[in-house]
Amino acid sequence: MPEKIGVYICHCGSNIAGTVDVQEVARWAGANLKGVAVSRDYKFMCSSLGQQMIEEDIRSQGLTRVVVAACSPHLHEKTFRRVCENAGLNPYLLQMTNVREHVSWVHTDKQAATAKAKALVAAAVGRVAQQESLERTYVEVNPATLVVGGGIAGLQATLELADAGYPVYLVEREPSIGGHMAQFDKTFPTLDCAACILTPKMSEVGQHDKVTLLTYSELEEVSGSVGNFKVKIRQRARMVDAAKCTGCGICIEKCPRKVRDDQFEAGMGFRKAIYTPFPQAVPRIPVIDTANCTFFRTGKCQICAKLCPTEAVDYQQQDEIVELEVGNIILATGWKQFDCSRVGSYGYGRLPNVFSALEFERMCNAAGPTNGKIVLRDGKTEPKSVAIIHCVGSRDVNYNAHCSAICCMAALKFGHLVIEKTQAEVYSFYIDMRTNQKGYEEFYQRLGEEGMQFIRGKVAEVSQAAGPAEEAGKLVLQFDDTLLGRQRRLPVDMVVLMGALEPQADAKEFGLRCGLSCGAAGWYIERHPKLDPVATMTDGVFVAGACQGPKDIPASVAQGAAAAARVAGMISKGTVMIEPVVAAIDEEECSGCRICNTMCPYNAIEFDEEKEVSRVTTALCKGCGTCVAACPAGAITAAHFNNQQIFAEIEGVLCDATNGETASEPRDAGTERSLVVGLSSL
Amino acid sequence: MPDEIFEPKIVGFCCNWCSYRAADLAGTARIKYAPNVRILRVMCSGRVDPSFVLKALASGADGVLVAGCHPGECHYIEQNYKAMRRYHLLKHTLAGLGVEPDRVRLLWASAAEGQQFAEAIDKLVEDVRKLGPLRWPGNWAEDGHRQEAIAAIAKEHQEAIEVLP
Repeated sequence: MPEKIGVYICHCGSNIAGTVDVQEVARWAGANLKGVAVSRDYKFMCSSLGQQMIEEDIRSQGLTRVVVAACSPHLHEKTFRRVCENAGLNPYLLQMTNVREHVSWVHTDKQAATAKAKALVAAAVGRVAQQESLERTYVEVNPATLVVGGGIAGLQATLELADAGYPVYLVEREPSIGGHMAQFDKTFPTLDCAACILTPKMSEVGQHDKVTLLTYSELEEVSGSVGNFKVKIRQRARMVDAAKCTGCGICIEKCPRKVRDDQFEAGMGFRKAIYTPFPQAVPRIPVIDTANCTFFRTGKCQICAKLCPTEAVDYQQQDEIVELEVGNIILATGWKQFDCSRVGSYGYGRLPNVFSALEFERMCNAAGPTNGKIVLRDGKTEPKSVAIIHCVGSRDVNYNAHCSAICCMAALKFGHLVIEKTQAEVYSFYIDMRTNQKGYEEFYQRLGEEGMQFIRGKVAEVSQAAGPAEEAGKLVLQFDDTLLGRQRRLPVDMVVLMGALEPQADAKEFGLRCGLSCGAAGWYIERHPKLDPVATMTDGVFVAGACQGPKDIPASVAQGAAAAARVAGMISKGTVMIEPVVAAIDEEECSGCRICNTMCPYNAIEFDEEKEVSRVTTALCKGCGTCVAACPAGAITAAHFNNQQIFAEIEGVLCDATNGETASEPRDAGTERSLVVGLSSL
Repeated sequence: MPDEIFEPKIVGFCCNWCSYRAADLAGTARIKYAPNVRILRVMCSGRVDPSFVLKALASGADGVLVAGCHPGECHYIEQNYKAMRRYHLLKHTLAGLGVEPDRVRLLWASAAEGQQFAEAIDKLVEDVRKLGPLRWPGNWAEDGHRQEAIAAIAKEHQEAIEVLP
């Protein structure tokens, strides 16, 4: 039975019709293209009247295929597929071609634009004739969710979902949840204590009957797809049996081995070899740092095991692989601080009284290494002057081009704490002051009133090269005061470097594990930077918090909640549609060469050793079509993107090409060489 | 050749995720560029079988553009690298067939690069314009061996891929 194709060309008001002669395109298509039964133009094809027109045509004229020439398929392909479905036509028998974004909006010459539109319509008509009905499949969504990262964003996402009644697995790399926020003393701009607002959330997560906490664990492998992921998590050996441990803390108290804590205390303090990162840790089960534990190093000691009242210490414990099935994954893997020693001229790591922002956070924290006293590296001298340098490693082409978003406000907070806790003068060296959220600008004004001094300019060098007598024994800042327009020097006792927020060191590798890619700066790419900020290009994988880009606590919380809402939506709907655009291998044609096996990054192609053929696991195939192009035997077909369809499209789009004569615009049938009519059998 | 300016016909294969969206963005931003490139959508630049390029040239195109996501940003993780490998092999094959390699171009364009996309198209059109019409179908069609010849090229190309480590 010959195909009856309906062609619909949209004016989009004057958006298309202003540059493309839409009536002419419709006329030409109706007169010249094979199989076209109906060809119309209309003011707004996506309007309900336009949709109705197509539906009626499908019903009354018995159309078997539909071509819509309008805007980008990214905008309205769903709309017109639904139109086809409503009229009883398989939605994959629709082809959209883009004559707005790709034609009328980018060209000015009406004749050339019309010719191009004709060619695109011809391509779509040629292609659509080759398209096949495809059946969508629906899979059930597993109501369990995996949240990776127990910082504030991950905690928020976990609680939102768990409170909605859905099971959540929360995986955290460190021995306790809490993330960076647990290290802070105060939070800007309200100056509420970080622990006071964070720890209740932590214990709520720890006690929630819907939450399974997997701390000291790493996500190792993800397989499957939206609705039904299978994940493997490595639970590292704590050397303490979680079932027996009561968290009494005797082992920590009595452990004779002190270790510098580079993680939670940012190198400012010490912990024991058996430890919880901080007193309010959740869970309260300690871990043994086997690299530093005396028993693991020398085979002697075992004090913790001897003193443990519940015999929970287990030196034989091994890593465990936990396999879980979840419907969705939320990544909230956070950030790391820029290594300030990379900026050699600031002397971090070389000059003792140059501190990183995280070190200073710990110093300000009442539970921190100095009990909240702001002192020099000697541990007792209170500084008389403190310089806070912004944008260390941020907004600097040598390190990171991005703005770290939080440092201006954190620097103001530090300024406030210095003024509150000491008699010191405090200076802020900024490039631009960025205080663009609710209450932030007011906080900036407040610090001005409190006496923080703002100097606009980038510091060139921090040194001990004292000149005049008053500089002796001090750190000397050499800088360009851009408001005064001159070079200046300033001697201070202490320097705090506002190091950049950087992606986690393994962000890229970790992202690949979940099918995510990173942008140029290394942050995870969201599906749409404005309209879809927590979804990703991989269905069922969401991002929240600073792993998507530098952000402060309120923004991280908002994203955590947003990601949870998206997941809750998927769970409450219950099923998710799987696009039938996948590859399939004809076993008769397959030679078993296995070239396609290595092409697939999703391990969706399995090799059947017995039959010596490869086979696509449809549920894993994402439909990229790379294997199809690679198969030497031509045994693989891509649904909706098969060779015949694309060849027909190529012939159509070149319908006005000539045998090397001067090219001209598409002509009417009779004069044309090979107008889309019957494909060549290439 | 008449005196009028030669307007090359170029077929563009754009991936669904980055480069097609770059072209969309050029549209929404009303950036103007030459109307000579006609864009077809594939899911991934990795789907672009070298025979698509040959088919386009054999059907009268003067040039072909293959566009994908930037390296490291492929929606399908790494398939654009596979497109790149094929592209370089294809360039060799084309040169062997006497087709100027400049007629076929690989472009990386992110969904944010409407401007760059438009500039790259203008550049490609200019370059192909300088090369003049390809007249491939004319050269093949006479002897009636066109289909076999192209099929042979496609096969040769697949074999070249096969030996690639």
